[in-house]
Order: sequence, then structure tokens, then C-alpha cells
Amino acid sequence: MPLTDLANPSRFLAFVDAVLPWLAAATLLAFALGIGQVYLSPDDYQQGATVKIMFLHVPAAWLGLFAWVLMSVAALGTLVWRHPVADVAAKAAAPIGAAFTLMCLLTGSLWGRPMWGTYWVWDARLTSVLVLFLMYLGVIALWRTIEDPTRAARIVAVLTLVGAINIPIIKFSVDWWNTLHQPASVLRLGGSTIHPTILVPLLIMIAAFTLLFLTLHLAAMRNEILRRRLRTMLLMHADAAAGA
Amino acid sequence: MTALAAILMRDMRLAVRVGGGALIGVLFFLIVVTLVPFAIGPDLVLLARIGPAILWLGALLATLLALDRLIAMDQEDGSLDLILMAPVPLELALAAKALAHWLSTGLPLVVAAPLLGLLLNLDPAATGAVALTLAAGTPALTFIGLIGAALTVALRRGGLLLAILVLPLTIPVLIFGVAAANAAIVGPVPFGTPFTILCALTLISIVIGPFAAAVALRQGLD
Repeated sequence: MPLTDLANPSRFLAFVDAVLPWLAAATLLAFALGIGQVYLSPDDYQQGATVKIMFLHVPAAWLGLFAWVLMSVAALGTLVWRHPVADVAAKAAAPIGAAFTLMCLLTGSLWGRPMWGTYWVWDARLTSVLVLFLMYLGVIALWRTIEDPTRAARIVAVLTLVGAINIPIIKFSVDWWNTLHQPASVLRLGGSTIHPTILVPLLIMIAAFTLLFLTLHLAAMRNEILRRRLRTMLLMHADAAAGA
Repeated sequence: MTALAAILMRDMRLAVRVGGGALIGVLFFLIVVTLVPFAIGPDLVLLARIGPAILWLGALLATLLALDRLIAMDQEDGSLDLILMAPVPLELALAAKALAHWLSTGLPLVVAAPLLGLLLNLDPAATGAVALTLAAGTPALTFIGLIGAALTVALRRGGLLLAILVLPLTIPVLIFGVAAANAAIVGPVPFGTPFTILCALTLISIVIGPFAAAVALRQGLD
């Protein structure tokens, strides 16, 4: 099915209804497999069992970034093609992205307490994720302030794209400002530095969380489309009542 | 060109004549800086150490102050419609408005910074460094703020939301502004490195700001 077909909200709803149960099942399966693998994975010789927090922390960080990328692509769809489902995709992704970013912050600080001796340090990565979280909240606030959904979509799309340009700049500036977090270790030139007994469960957990994100996102998009239909029906009803 | 000059002159006149816009910003800047010693104590050594940071924060907040009126005022009196319909590209018109805003609020802050530096026990070299970084960095704040002003123009109460949207985007400017000022005062990084990046950030904002603001206005007002 080409992407243009999905621009029709009714076809999109039919598509969601067909896909969602399978996606939810795949998510459950991936989590079952992932959590089992995490349970079997060895403790770190220095960090002990706290290393397991990473299996939540890393996927959350990945999805926090992924949701903004998805919102930016959707923003292009809104501004360039006026794709109606793109508006919905962007709006549905914002709270989920914010939630994962918050989860990344919370699991990070729970890990930081025993490891670094403090819940929070003004380290570069923590700070950039905090800024990302604040920007998500700004986007959500802007969505809520503008009543007309299509106009809100276009204005938020501009903010999302400005954010997409600025997030790397903020990241770079904050890195320059202060750094303590360990450098990238999963994806880097010369191969991963993580031992396979940890890396395999981590990758499964990342896949499981990504599936969870897609499930939640599609469900949220469906709800948003239904909410908009309800809004239109209410407006028409009010119009009819006023006209009569 | 004459149209842009007319927009520039009009905004400057409005800023100077209506409610003393430029002076209000400087006054706010002065009050923020005055409050800091009350909060942290009259320790001159400490004040000298954090002086550049205080001046930068004050300038950042003072720049925000007038931003919500930057475009909203034109929308209320209808001149925004004229600007939208004018043959002049909207991007350039908005750039002219932002320039006028900077000249009437940013530049006075730069001029006032050395005086406030005295209050914070900054030595002349440090004061000069802070003023120079403010001169290079405050245009970035205005042009980033222009985006926020365009995004929130149609909202009934955009002022606070504007600050929430704009402040995270100004973090890099703040980081490199303070870093450049500190580099000039205590080192060890050479002044040129952060200062060049600060100038680059300003140039990027001048390019991105008017375009993003123009898109937001065209998309948002219909």
C-alpha cells in the first residue's frame, strides 16, 4: 500500500486496525525474549546488578531521539505535502517521545546515585537530554494552545524543524561545555566495545522498546483521528443547533 | 530597499517613543544585576568570578522581555497584513524588524554592560570582553526570538509560552558567550575559539530566524 493511500484517514484507520494486534503481539514477544535475556545476562564485575538499568536506559534514550526524528519527518509531510495523517503522527509522537525522554532521565539518575554518588550531575549528555525533554514540553504546550488542529500542526511543524536543526547544535555546545558521561560504545567505528553477553540482550530490548513505541504511536494516532472526528461532529451539531 | 528602511525606521521610532521600550530593557537588566548580590551576598571576589554569567543571563532575560510584542503589535493594528501583502519578501521584512528590535533593545544592553560590570567588580579587560561577547551574541538571541514571536503571534497569551519555546534554543549562545568572556578573563582556552563559534551561531540564527519566522507566519495566519 503506497503512503499516499494512508493519507485518507479512513483507510489509515483500517490499516491501524489490521496491524495493531500483530504489532502488540510482536511487542509482547520481544519483551518476553528481551527480559529473559536480560535476566540471564551476567552482572558487571564493578557495577553489579545496577548495570541492568542500562537495558531500560539505552532504549529510552534512543526512542527519545527517534520520536523527534519522526516528528521532523512528519513536520515535513505537514508543511510540504499537507499530508493530514502527518499532522496526527506528529501530535501523537510528542507525548510518547517526552515520556521516553523522561524515562531516560529517571533511569539515568537512579543508576547515577549508586555509581556516581549523586542523582544528578551537570554532565553534557544528561544536560542535553534534559534540554530535549524541555523542548518536548514546549512542543506539547504549543499543540495545546492552538485550538484549530490543522493550524496548530503547521505552526508546531515549524518549531519541530527549528528544533531538529538546533538539537545537534545544542548537543555540540553542551559537549563542549562539560563532559563526564562515557563516550558512545554501541555504535562506533572499529566495532562495539560491549561484550556480546550484554550487547545481545541490549539490542533485543532496543527492538522491543521500538516495537512498543510503534504500537503506542499507532494507537495514539488512531485516538487522535477519532478525537478530531468527534470535534468536527460536535462543531457541526452546534452549527445545526444554532441554524435551527 | 526603501520599504525595508521604512520598516526599520518605523519600528525604531515605535520602540523609542512608545513606553520607552529601549530604556525599559536596560532598566530591567540593571534590576536583575542589582538583585544578584542580594541573593548571593556582597562578596566582591565571587561577584567578579560569576560577573560575566550574570551579565549574560540578565541580557538574555531582558531580550526576551519585549519579544512578544515584536510581531503581535503589528498584528493587532493591522500592519502585519500590509507587510504580508507587500512586494518585499516577508523574510527580509522580518529581518528588518528583528534588526530594529536588536538596535532598540540589544544594543542598549551592550552599551550598559560596562557600567554594570563596574557594579560586579569586573576589571576593565573583563568588562570589555563581556561587552564584546554581548555585542556578538545578542543578535542571535533576537533572531532566535523572532522565530518564537512568529510562532506565538496568534495566541491570546503567547508571552510565557514564547519564553518556554525560545529559551532552550538560546542555550548554545549562552554557553559560548559566557565561555568566550571567561576565556578572555581567566583562560585557559584562547578567546578566539569560543568567540568564533559565538559569531557563527549569530550568523546561523540570522539566516534561519527570518526564514522560519516567515514560514510560521504564512502557515499560521489564515
